[in-house]
Amino acid sequence: MEEAIQSGLEITDLSCSRDDRTLFSGLSFTVHPGQVLLLEGSNGSGKTTVLRTLCGFREADAGEIRWAGQSIKESSFFADMAYVGHADGIKKELTVLENLRFGLALSRPGHYSIEQALKKVQLAGYDDNLVQTLSAGQKRRLSLARLLIIHSILWILDEPFTSLDKQGIELIETLIDAHVNQGGMVILTSHHDLSLPYTRLQRIHLNSCH
Amino acid sequence: MSIIPAPISRFFHKTASPPHFYALADKLIPWLTVLFLLLLIPGLYGGLVMAPADYQQGDSYRIIYIHVPAAWMSLFIYVLMAIMGGIALVWRIKLAEVMLISSAPIGAGFTFIALVTGSLWGKPMWGTWWVWDARLTSELILLFLYLGVTSLYGAIEDKRDAARAVSILALVGVVNIPIIHYSVEWWNTLHQGPTVSKMDKPSIHISMLIPLLLMAVAFKVYYAIAVLQAAKLQLLKREASAQWVKSLLEKPQ
Amino acid sequence: MSLTQAVWAIIRRDLLLAFRRRAEMANPLLFFVMVVTLFPLAVGAQANLLQAMAPGVIWVSALLAALLSLDGLFRSDFEDGSLEQLLLSPHPLSVLILGKIFSHWLVTGLPLLLVAPLLALFLGLPEKAMPTLWLTLILATPMLSLIGAIGVALTVGLRRGGMILSLLVLPLYIPVLIFASSAVDRATSGLPVTAQINILMAMLLLALVLTPLPTAAALKMSVN
Repeated sequence: MEEAIQSGLEITDLSCSRDDRTLFSGLSFTVHPGQVLLLEGSNGSGKTTVLRTLCGFREADAGEIRWAGQSIKESSFFADMAYVGHADGIKKELTVLENLRFGLALSRPGHYSIEQALKKVQLAGYDDNLVQTLSAGQKRRLSLARLLIIHSILWILDEPFTSLDKQGIELIETLIDAHVNQGGMVILTSHHDLSLPYTRLQRIHLNSCH
Repeated sequence: MSIIPAPISRFFHKTASPPHFYALADKLIPWLTVLFLLLLIPGLYGGLVMAPADYQQGDSYRIIYIHVPAAWMSLFIYVLMAIMGGIALVWRIKLAEVMLISSAPIGAGFTFIALVTGSLWGKPMWGTWWVWDARLTSELILLFLYLGVTSLYGAIEDKRDAARAVSILALVGVVNIPIIHYSVEWWNTLHQGPTVSKMDKPSIHISMLIPLLLMAVAFKVYYAIAVLQAAKLQLLKREASAQWVKSLLEKPQ
Repeated sequence: MSLTQAVWAIIRRDLLLAFRRRAEMANPLLFFVMVVTLFPLAVGAQANLLQAMAPGVIWVSALLAALLSLDGLFRSDFEDGSLEQLLLSPHPLSVLILGKIFSHWLVTGLPLLLVAPLLALFLGLPEKAMPTLWLTLILATPMLSLIGAIGVALTVGLRRGGMILSLLVLPLYIPVLIFASSAVDRATSGLPVTAQINILMAMLLLALVLTPLPTAAALKMSVN
C-alpha cells in the first residue's frame, strides 16, 4: 500500500474544454510524496478546472489521471484525498464540533483527533460555537481542520489563503509543510507565493488560451 | 465496452464520428425523401380516397391516417431517445447525445399532432373537443415529458452537461411511461366505466389497413429525415470550432 | 467509517439542520393546509360535493406541498459545497443520498400525517377513511421524495430551476396520485382498498431501488 503510494499522482496529457473553448490541453505533471504542486496562472486560465477534474467533478476531454500506479477509478484515490474548494462544505447552522464529526463520519480517521486538530488551527475552545458566529478566516481554518482529522494523503486546495490574515497564512503554510514532511502531497492554487524550499515545491504555470 | 468485440466497436466509433456522420446524413437525406414521398402519396390516396367510409363514423374516421401513426411515433421516438440517452451515458458517444436532443422537438411535434387530431375526432364522436379518454390523457402526459426534456436542455448552459441531464431524464421517463400508461388506463376504467375507446382496434378492413400501414412507415421515414437534418445542425453548432466544420464552410457550394 | 455510520451521520445532520431551521420547514405544511382551505372557498361548501372531492383535493395538495419542499433537499448542500464533499466520500453516493432523502421525508412527508385529521375535518371526510388516508400518506409520500429527488438533482445547479422542476416531476407523480387518491376515495364508500395499497407498496419498493442511481448521476452532472 505505502509502496504503491510512492508513485504518487501522475497526470498525462490532460485537456479540458468548455463550450468549445479549450481551457488547457496537454497538461502533464507528477506529484510524489513529500511534494507540493502550486498551480499558477491568471484568472480564467483553468486552475480551478484542473482541480475539479482531479476530483472527478468534471470529466477530462482527454488524458489520464493515475494514483499509486492505477487509474483513479480502480485505486483508493477517493479514500486517500481531501478537497477544500471555494465553497468550504461547512454548515453554518451547525457548531464547529458537529461539522467536524460529520466530516469524519464520511471518511476514515486520520492522524489527529478533533481536539488536536482544533488546537493546531487555533480554534481550540470554539467547539460549541455555531459556525455562523465565526469570522471568515476562522471558517477557512475550520475547513482546513477537516483535512487533519480525516485520512488524507493528497490535499487538493483551491485558493486556501483567501480571507486569511498574515498569521492565518503562516499557519496554513506550517500545516502544509508538516503534511508533506510526513509524506503527504498537496496540490493547490494560489495568488500568494509559498515560502517552501524549492526542492519540495513544483510550480506549473497555466497559460491562458485567449 | 469490453463485451463488444473490437471491430464492431470500431465501426460504431467511426460511423459516429461527427464528420463521417455529417457526410452520411447528406447522402441519405435525398434518398429518404424520395422514399417518403413514395409511401406518403399512395398512403394518403388510399386512406382519404380509396378506403370505404365507415358505416358508423362516415368520413370522419379518416383522421386515423394521421392520428394513429402520429401516436405510434410519439411513443417510438421517446423510447428511441431513451436508448440514445443510455448509449450517451455509457459510451459517451457525442452523436448519441446529438440524436437525442434532435429527436425531442420532433417527438413533441408528433405528440402534439396526435393530441390535436384525437381531439378533432372527439368532436363528431362525442360532441366535445376533449374527453378524458385514457389514451388521450396518456398522450397529454407524454407531451409533458417531452417538454420537460426540451426545457431542461434549454436551461442548462453547458451543452455537454445538458446532454447528460437529458439522457438521465429520458431514461427515467421511459421507465415511467408504462407505469403512467397503465395507471391512467386503470384510472379511466374506474372513473368512467367501460366506454368504448375510439382507438381500440376493431376488426379493420384490409383496404383501410394498407393505407394505415403505408402512412405509419411514411411517418417513420419522415422522422428519419427530420432527425438527420436537425442532427446536422446540432453538430455544426457544437463543433463550430472543429477543423472539419471550418473546411466544410470554406468549400464553395 | 462504515457506510451505515455515514448514512446515519447524514440523517442525523440533516435532522439537526432541519431543527435549527424549523421556521422554514413548517412552510410546506402550512402551504398544504392553505391549499386545502382554498377549495371549499372556490367551489362552494356543499357537504356532499366536498366529501366527493376530498381524496383528490388532499392528494393534489400533498403533491404540491411535496414539490414546494423538494428544493430544500439539495439546494443548501449545493451552495455551501457540502455536496462536493458528499461526492468525494469513498462511499457509494446513491446510498448516501438515500439517507438524505429519508431525513427529508421525516421532516416534510411525515408531518402530513399529523395534519391529515384536520383536513378530514375541513372536507367532511368520513372517519372510516382516516386509516386509509394515513396508510396512503405513509406509503406514497416517501415516493414523492424519492422521485422528486431526481428532478431536484437535475435542476439544483440552475438559477431558476423551480418551474422546470415542476415540469419534470409532476408527470412522474401521476401514478402515485391516481392510486393514492383512489384508495382514499374507495375507503370513503367503505370499499376494500387492498389492490391500491398493494400497488402503492410495489411502486414504493420500485422507487426505492430505481431512483437513487439516476439521482446520483444527476447530482454528479450538476456539481460539474
